Amino acid sequence: MESKKKTDMSVAIAGVTFRNPVMTASGTFGSGMEYADFVDLNRLGAVVTKGVSNVPWEGNPTPRVTEVPGGMLNAIGLQNPGVDVFIERDLRFLEQFSTKVIVNVCGHTVEEYLDVVERLADEKRVDMLEINVSCPNVKQGAIAFGTRADALFDITQKVKKAARQPIIMKLTPNVTSIAEMAKAAEAGGADAISLINTITGMKIDVEKQKFVLANKTGGMSGPAIHPIAVRMVYEAYHAVKIPIIGMGGISSWQDAAELMLAGATAVAVGAMNFHDPYLTEKVADGLEDYASRHGLDSISQLTGAVQ
Amino acid sequence: MSSEKAKRTLTVTACEALAAGVYSLTLQYREGEAPKEVRPGQFVGVYSKDSARILPRPISICGWDQKKRELRLVFRVVGQGTEEFSKCQLGESLDVLGILGNGYDLAALSGRKVLLLGGGIGAPPLLELARQIHAENEKAGSGSITAVLGYRTDDLFLEKEFASYGDVVITTDDGTAGFHGNVVGAVRDKSIEADVICACGPMPMLRGVRALALERDIPCYLSLEERMACGVGACLGCVTKTAQVDGHSHVKNARICTEGPVFEAREVLI
Repeated sequence: MESKKKTDMSVAIAGVTFRNPVMTASGTFGSGMEYADFVDLNRLGAVVTKGVSNVPWEGNPTPRVTEVPGGMLNAIGLQNPGVDVFIERDLRFLEQFSTKVIVNVCGHTVEEYLDVVERLADEKRVDMLEINVSCPNVKQGAIAFGTRADALFDITQKVKKAARQPIIMKLTPNVTSIAEMAKAAEAGGADAISLINTITGMKIDVEKQKFVLANKTGGMSGPAIHPIAVRMVYEAYHAVKIPIIGMGGISSWQDAAELMLAGATAVAVGAMNFHDPYLTEKVADGLEDYASRHGLDSISQLTGAVQ
Repeated sequence: MSSEKAKRTLTVTACEALAAGVYSLTLQYREGEAPKEVRPGQFVGVYSKDSARILPRPISICGWDQKKRELRLVFRVVGQGTEEFSKCQLGESLDVLGILGNGYDLAALSGRKVLLLGGGIGAPPLLELARQIHAENEKAGSGSITAVLGYRTDDLFLEKEFASYGDVVITTDDGTAGFHGNVVGAVRDKSIEADVICACGPMPMLRGVRALALERDIPCYLSLEERMACGVGACLGCVTKTAQVDGHSHVKNARICTEGPVFEAREVLI
């Protein structure tokens, strides 16, 4: 009888070892609480939290979400309770799990980012920080730092200096050259980069002749953007040496494997959690089976294997 | 909060048109998969079979039969997803995320003079509410239900079923049946008395109902609707403005899918 090979599913990024490469994309999974009804959080490589700011953020007016073919647009505007409540409630909740925790950090100004980063410095439950310089739905800050290489380099350097945990810069696809942005993050001292955040889109109700979203524009996510993510991960992989967390429309283990083959060390499941709340676990199981079928010693062998 | 959230595959056991563009769909859970409790006012997310339509459609629960494990949904066709559901064949499967939301608090309603105000496709969740309040009232030997149901035209639906649980007043926008006007207009015109109001319908109507409840200084529970994505409280897509700081984000935006969809009228700024 043919015995399948047992693959080492763990991956390492900046000295942090993850049980497997499957994470959650920020903003699609809360802090895990809402999805703990569906999946065993301990089966995930990491929970990547919803963006956390220094004070509570109200977010945008509604409607904030709408479906588009093969995906959705959102303009939530990073509604969150701020870092104090986050530490007291969300981090305490996550203490019962052994899954790694990556906290997504957002701000309007460099000072606001640094404020959050400093307040998380002594939190043992926080394994890494993901710096959100790519949210398209916040007028001031956020994406402004992620669309200019010099601004990205600057904020990366400042956050890196203040951070106790390794930092991941989350990049936006709304740029001319993802390779250039990846290089700027690397030069600024980022330990890793994650991509892609949502792609700015717009939907108009032709009967009402009005924008569907109150914010007019929204970030597009879902399976329709997956090929763009694969291309951008590939380009970034060939531009920098730091590890990449790949995301963008993952709806199956095949999509996850594809991002890894393009150059990702780990992957994150996002909007499709809304379609299938069990998806993260299914992707982890599917990847393990795939790696075993292909006789891999380590899942990391997939990273950038297609040149 | 329901701790029984799950995505299940249900079987269509009935699908019929009730009025132009309004359908009744009955779905059965497999044995062993049915929720143990369904509160009136709760909802489910129904998935399209077309993989290009990724988000579940939030649809309120119009009826729940624990013995038969059957969920009844009454909805209006508003887009491609609901159009697909309206064409379901008997025996077909549909994926459903549920049971979602808080639902009405029966304890605050049974034994009292309850006024149910349903505007158009807002009426269906109030039918299951009427059924459950009626059952409680029968046991207690007190309480009454009056349902005021608003429609665009005389193409009515569900009104006969409401009549099994209490008095029914019909209103139509065009005056072709019942009171010519809207539900709040009918309540005022006919001086309908109540201890408590439960309402579901379009936002302008809910604003009118809220004003009425504040004016009469009686408790009022509104079932709100908003575009949703996850349905489980993670994405923060479907919020409503609240009077007090909300429990989740500590701003003044509560999640309709999780803290709602039923809110006391004074809690929300609509």
